[in-house]
Amino acid sequence: MKDLRRLGRADADAASIRAAAMLATRAEHEGLVDVATARVPSPFGELIVATTPRGLVRLAYPNEGRDEVLEELASALSPRVLEAPRRLDEVRRELEEYFEGRRRRFEFPVDYALTRGFTQRVLRATARIPFGSVSTYMQVAGRAGNPRAYRAAGNALASNPIPIVVPCHRVLHSGGGLGGYTGGLERKRFLLSLEGTL
Amino acid sequence: MSVPPFSSFLEEHRVLVYRFLAATVGPDNADDCFQETFLSALRAYPRLDAGANLRAWILTIAGRKAIDHERRRKRRAVPVGEVPDRVTLAPPDGEPEVWRAVRELPPMQRAAVVHRYVLDMPYREVAEALGCSEEAARANALEARRRLRTRLATVKEER
Repeated sequence: MKDLRRLGRADADAASIRAAAMLATRAEHEGLVDVATARVPSPFGELIVATTPRGLVRLAYPNEGRDEVLEELASALSPRVLEAPRRLDEVRRELEEYFEGRRRRFEFPVDYALTRGFTQRVLRATARIPFGSVSTYMQVAGRAGNPRAYRAAGNALASNPIPIVVPCHRVLHSGGGLGGYTGGLERKRFLLSLEGTL
Repeated sequence: MSVPPFSSFLEEHRVLVYRFLAATVGPDNADDCFQETFLSALRAYPRLDAGANLRAWILTIAGRKAIDHERRRKRRAVPVGEVPDRVTLAPPDGEPEVWRAVRELPPMQRAAVVHRYVLDMPYREVAEALGCSEEAARANALEARRRLRTRLATVKEER
């Protein structure tokens, strides 16, 4: 029965990868993908981006762990998570242009579905800080409706599910200090110098 | 605990399902059946029980898709005007005789041999997948092997 065992293994891996890619296209076409994911190259390594029909819902740095990110999306949004890079073509293109210094704002829509309440208001306020300028924790807290809640604003930004696109790196301490960054302070510095702020 | 993300589920069972289908419907039709299988799974996925046996579930769907495929193929089959005086076992271009011989087995024997030898399942799981006793699974696999040996020996002789 050696023949049979060989029969099963031969090329099944490569062939099934091709079949799975075609499956993603068909699933997309039939509207069966609630959360589409893709990998995007960046100066920090490979990012994972995820979109719902409403817009970009998640951007994860390489250190976040692919499995954890997918689990999070499945339990918070829908288990119908599938790698379907074509739906994220626009996101990938705009991010690449941004990293090359050829883009100052993102045109694709954003979905804040992974956030609630004050956190979401802080992130929406942060999204309005333009390229090349900065704000403070107190200012975004104020725009979110509570200027005294600057610590809570810091926490909200630390849990930002869509860094870079919702530019939490543009929020600094009132005293002029860089403040924190979940992705690591080097990344914050890198992004601010890319934008000519630092 | 909920079901895993579909992408992880697909990744975990991708090769297994592909091997099962390649052995059951042949490599040329495996792609299509593979996509049908996982599209069906994706449709039903949000309603799936968190405790479900995902491997058994996807193999059941794949088995149904293989049967659907066989039915469609038979309906499309065009009757030949002249009946050839002897069955030719020469394989079509590039298709190994083994594939063909496996597909010509009766359904239970084919299923037993595919689960046992192509998917490397122990007989306990083969029995579960086929919905029969372990003894019946063994008997089917044994008979299938006997037939395959005879068949493949004939092919070699005819060359």
